[in-house]
Amino acid sequence: MTPFKKPINARTYAIVRYGCGFPALESPEEAEGILQRLSGPDRMAALWPVISFQAVHNAGKNLIEARKDRRNGVAGGEEAEKEWRGWQRTAYIDNFVVDMIRWAETDDPFRERLHRFWANHFSARNRSIHLAAGAGGYAEDAIRPHLSGRFADMLKAVVTHPFMLVYLDQVASVGPNSPNGRVGGKGLNENLAREVLELHTLGVGATYSQADVTQFAELLTGLTFNYKRGMSFQPAMAEPGAEQVLGVSYGGGNPQLKDIETALDDLARHPATAAHICGKLASHFVADVPDPDLVAQMVQAYTASDGDLRTVYGAMLDHPAAWSGFGAKVKQPVEFIASSLRALGVRATHLLDLKPNYVRKKMLGTLRQMGQEYQRPPGPDGWPDDAAAWVHPHGVAARIGWAMNVAKRAPDGPPDPRIFVNDALGDAASDKLVWAAGAAESRNVGNGLVLASAEFNRR
Amino acid sequence: MMNPGISRRGLLRGSLAGACSVAAHPWLSTMSFASAPWDARLVVIILRGAMDGLDAVQPYGDPLLAGYRPNLEVGPDNGAFDLDGYFAMHARFGPLRDMWQRGELGFAHAVSTPYRDKRSHFDGQDLLEAGTAEIGDGTRDGWLNRFLQAMPGVEGDTAFAVGNDEMRVLEGRAPARRWAPEVDVTLTPQAQLLLGQVYAQDALFGPAATEGMALAEAIDRQKLPPLPGGDKRDPLAAFAANRLRGDTRIAAYSLNGWDSHQGQGRVIGRALDTLVRSVLTLEDELGGIWAKTAVLAMTEFGRTARENGSKGTDHGTGGAMLLAGGALRGGAVYGRWPGLAEANLYARRDLMPTADVRSYAAWAMRGLYGIDRSLLERTVFPGLQMGDDPRLVA
Repeated sequence: MTPFKKPINARTYAIVRYGCGFPALESPEEAEGILQRLSGPDRMAALWPVISFQAVHNAGKNLIEARKDRRNGVAGGEEAEKEWRGWQRTAYIDNFVVDMIRWAETDDPFRERLHRFWANHFSARNRSIHLAAGAGGYAEDAIRPHLSGRFADMLKAVVTHPFMLVYLDQVASVGPNSPNGRVGGKGLNENLAREVLELHTLGVGATYSQADVTQFAELLTGLTFNYKRGMSFQPAMAEPGAEQVLGVSYGGGNPQLKDIETALDDLARHPATAAHICGKLASHFVADVPDPDLVAQMVQAYTASDGDLRTVYGAMLDHPAAWSGFGAKVKQPVEFIASSLRALGVRATHLLDLKPNYVRKKMLGTLRQMGQEYQRPPGPDGWPDDAAAWVHPHGVAARIGWAMNVAKRAPDGPPDPRIFVNDALGDAASDKLVWAAGAAESRNVGNGLVLASAEFNRR
Repeated sequence: MMNPGISRRGLLRGSLAGACSVAAHPWLSTMSFASAPWDARLVVIILRGAMDGLDAVQPYGDPLLAGYRPNLEVGPDNGAFDLDGYFAMHARFGPLRDMWQRGELGFAHAVSTPYRDKRSHFDGQDLLEAGTAEIGDGTRDGWLNRFLQAMPGVEGDTAFAVGNDEMRVLEGRAPARRWAPEVDVTLTPQAQLLLGQVYAQDALFGPAATEGMALAEAIDRQKLPPLPGGDKRDPLAAFAANRLRGDTRIAAYSLNGWDSHQGQGRVIGRALDTLVRSVLTLEDELGGIWAKTAVLAMTEFGRTARENGSKGTDHGTGGAMLLAGGALRGGAVYGRWPGLAEANLYARRDLMPTADVRSYAAWAMRGLYGIDRSLLERTVFPGLQMGDDPRLVA
């Protein structure tokens, strides 16, 4: 049971289900426009860059030096470490602010939605303190450039990215019979191999065996990262000989990165991957359990285009199921906060003016309360995506708390709730909500009701 | 700024005379509680940041300790409380002396998870909460959740994760609630009424909001009375106890601030104060239920035996665990003591773990709930060998 009793305009679907919410701000209002905009330049990334992964990496290097100095009693080490702490804290906050700016200002909102979807599909969080602020730069490098390209390219960028190599222990994996393995007594770590098969490509229900995981892990050996060299392929760490993954033989000659890339290309092309990816996209955008025909059309598009994501999105947006059943999904906390800022007219100038402490306490703190600590997903499987996972007592209470307190800080003062209810929701506002917004005893309560409503929290 | 000058009339927290109990309103009246058919209470506290076990519970009877730590305060001569002529608990445990004497406070020493060598907080906590032998084995749930999966009659509010920290130890298939006492929703009666009507149209938001508002009323974080000794009550423990007095059986939360690389006395002092207040809050709030309660406070790893160059200690291996509650047999430091001679240290630097910290949790659960040993060793803590029964449960 949802509050949506009447059919909802296609325009509202475009802006809410496939976008960052009202106001439209010149966003496309139908399928073709959405895809065209996505094929154009990524203006938000150019205008509002995140703290690059390279910068985080360099700072991490400095931290290693600082700690060495501190241990050896060299003057300045302690100060340098303190300085690093401050820098990385600020970098994390800055990345959040940039994220909010993009959501609040974009006229290409489907791109922001895809960015979040894929960053969650390829979830990684800081495991090494040195890369603590690296999640934003990781997604910007490995995911964002490929949002409308081929899935295989995104997969390869992710699997070879330092942040992922550290997160899923690839840096600890050494071929037991490789030159390094024989000397150092180090062995295989299957973490990255397992998650690539289980989470990133085939999916947990697919047919593959532990032997495939082990063989794939052996194939991945050599792929590594350190602070000096960055990501690199080290033949001396690579398990010699060919590996059989899902019945196909890879490598066998001199170990090289190309063998890994070939396997990733094949995994991207696998029918189980097509089904997994398309099902996950449809259940993110449309419904927890999407129309099977919608998914089938997307799978067909995936297969026919060799995993071209823009073609897959096109198949989704072409399907009638993509434009029905409004409100089946619930905005995740980050989306809720971001879309409430957009609705209230909070823009870059206001967000940039916020004191870091305010952002940390009121915004990042609220996200924690809602159960979604920013860029710190619970595991490699990412945040849950089903509606019920986000509508729990503490989450809803925290959403109410945010809703009741944010509108009074709107840049132009709290809006008139009778107008705001339409501006923020269009025809998705139920009669009951329109009435309640007008019946509230104060503007704060009226606007709070609009933002706290199931109508605003669903998409 | 987002116009901070705008008048904050109306709804500032607690500022409105008309703000009243949300739970009192009729649309919030149908709370249903079911009860698990088991009665003992288990509280798991994760001490994040790596508590220095050698400072919390000091083996001062070995003169090597003072030698390793010339700038840290060691032993009863420096204010610690002698426990048994060999171990002394840190001076800041002072308010728990009576609890120790009553046999309701104990420790396990020289314990660790199976995690070795890398000494990363993130990995260490992941492993501690997963309860598995290694990280990255594909396990997605926490050991406390797998315990719930094995228990009969588990309902929505049988288990609570408390606070804003993510509690992986309780995540998984079995239902577990979560609540952070920091969540602040004070509404006027009229706002409650309207919100109730708006949410009544929604199958998910309606019930969740109803329960959320009721939970928000469980304790008033701003108005907690001081503990009998005058200290501040820990809101996490106060909320946990509030639930445990009802149908909740399991609560988990975390206390942070143990990473004492520099100025250890100050860092661990503050963290111990919080832990002590938390345990005292549980005891006081639980009243008669304290007698059937077990509190286990565990950390991701210990710290180096020697102090470092900045009057602190670095990440180590073996550490200590705190055991409290009327259901436990306290007044003892459990474990096999490995000694502090350099050759007996792990990698010649850390306290050598002689037992898996999971085995104490397993024995506590076995004693409290009679749960099958093979289930504990295979499912709750895969690969664990529990060893001999330390007879933790009174």
